Amino acid sequence: MKDFSIFEIVGPNMIGPSSSHTAGACKLGFVAHKLAKGDVEAVTFLLHGSFAKTYKGHGTDKALLGGILGFEADDERIRDSFELADAKGLKYQFIEADLGDNLHPNTVRINITKSNQEEMTVLGASIGGGNIKITEIDGVKLMFTGEYSTLIIPHDDKPGIVGRVTSILGEHEINIAFMKVYRHHKGKNAFMIIETDSELNREMVEDIKGIDYVTNVFIVSIK
Amino acid sequence: MTFTNGQELITLCKEKNLKIYEVMIQKEMELTGLSEAEIKNKLKISLDIMKQAVERGLTEDIKSVSGLIGGDAKKITERNDKTRSVCGSLMSKAISRSMAVLEVNAAMGRIVAAPTAGSSGIVPGTLLTIAEEFSLDDERLVEGLLTASGVGFIISRNATVAGAEGGCQAETGSAAAMAAAAIVEMMGGTPEAALHGAAACLKNVLGLVCDPIAGLVEAPCEKRNAIGAANALISAEMALAGVESIIPFDEVVDAMYRVGRTLPFELRESAIGGLAGTPTGQRIKKEILGE
Repeated sequence: MKDFSIFEIVGPNMIGPSSSHTAGACKLGFVAHKLAKGDVEAVTFLLHGSFAKTYKGHGTDKALLGGILGFEADDERIRDSFELADAKGLKYQFIEADLGDNLHPNTVRINITKSNQEEMTVLGASIGGGNIKITEIDGVKLMFTGEYSTLIIPHDDKPGIVGRVTSILGEHEINIAFMKVYRHHKGKNAFMIIETDSELNREMVEDIKGIDYVTNVFIVSIK
Repeated sequence: MTFTNGQELITLCKEKNLKIYEVMIQKEMELTGLSEAEIKNKLKISLDIMKQAVERGLTEDIKSVSGLIGGDAKKITERNDKTRSVCGSLMSKAISRSMAVLEVNAAMGRIVAAPTAGSSGIVPGTLLTIAEEFSLDDERLVEGLLTASGVGFIISRNATVAGAEGGCQAETGSAAAMAAAAIVEMMGGTPEAALHGAAACLKNVLGLVCDPIAGLVEAPCEKRNAIGAANALISAEMALAGVESIIPFDEVVDAMYRVGRTLPFELRESAIGGLAGTPTGQRIKKEILGE
């Protein structure tokens, strides 16, 4: 049985009205913001299930866009996120869509175009109480929640990379809580998802980036 | 320092001669590795957000995103300021503050879900009123939030606090149970009395359905937060006077869960049955969300 922190019971601290349709939506946008390193020129949200049916009344659209702007779930600027995105020249649209069977009713696909016209896509769901799960990045199926300080490391699928990454974490005295490796096809683009018990620092990120065949390093942590 | 239900919590409290809030702080320290001071500082932030939400709801002109609710908390405060309240000034303040938080939530303002956003008015509305009326400081309020989290933890672990799973009884019933237990301990009551108060709250609203108009966290949620605040105060009063729950707290939690699972889908946050399904509820839904 799951244990709960008191801040899951008296909490989360959030912008209303709904933990699943507002706070969770903001967190999904926030993860996409982190994965794009804040570089978003245009974003399209494909809203599935309950998200598609009720998003206007719950401010799900403002919360998703607020997350893309880098706001966390208790940031009062979420209410004004349309105006703030317009002022930045960030283009956004919301489309009601059927994203497939067996998906959580509060699922969204976030398609991002960066300033260099590079595209990226993130699939995730708001699973209740403001908690989320990310289930796909750029076509690679994976799973993390953002509850922990999470390292997301896209890399080429070659031998020895996992060992080098974990050695660096050990050198920085970072304890790994959970770790998984995902890949699209053998030898093709792969992802390491490492959930840790510690705050993650820049220096460590630079060390990991220095490893051959590591293409990028992202840190996602949601308060 | 861990427990899974009310009985185990009471046993722990008795063995170690602790209040529920003291058990909760130790449990949180073990779970997170944070110190007592760090946990209490985080709770003070939550408390400040609660205070700000009450203040906003009682002083600003609030309108929800849909336009359906707003301004009712202020009306009750104004009446209590001008004339003698039919339910007494303390109760009037508690209900207006609970409603104030719900209005701020519906207007995309900042709140603390306690345990959910839809029931977020009850804990701050009652605890802040009791603290004001009995001159209790923020340290006592933080202890109250810890006691409340103990009751919310037991219900979350063994039943549910989600309206979609258990109806409104699981949301505003649980929030009232948390608030009642907190008030009992803040006023010097025993852990057993706190759980008798919590049990009474759940029993008082057993079977209450979740039927939000247009699926929004607005109506009847706001008024159900007012009755939730009254429920918490009434139950705390009974418990502090020594009135006991004939059915033990854990069995009440279990009954609440089983009643919730028996509620038809239409009455669990689906915006189909109950008030949402009335002609007026349906008309409002069309006006707000379109066809």
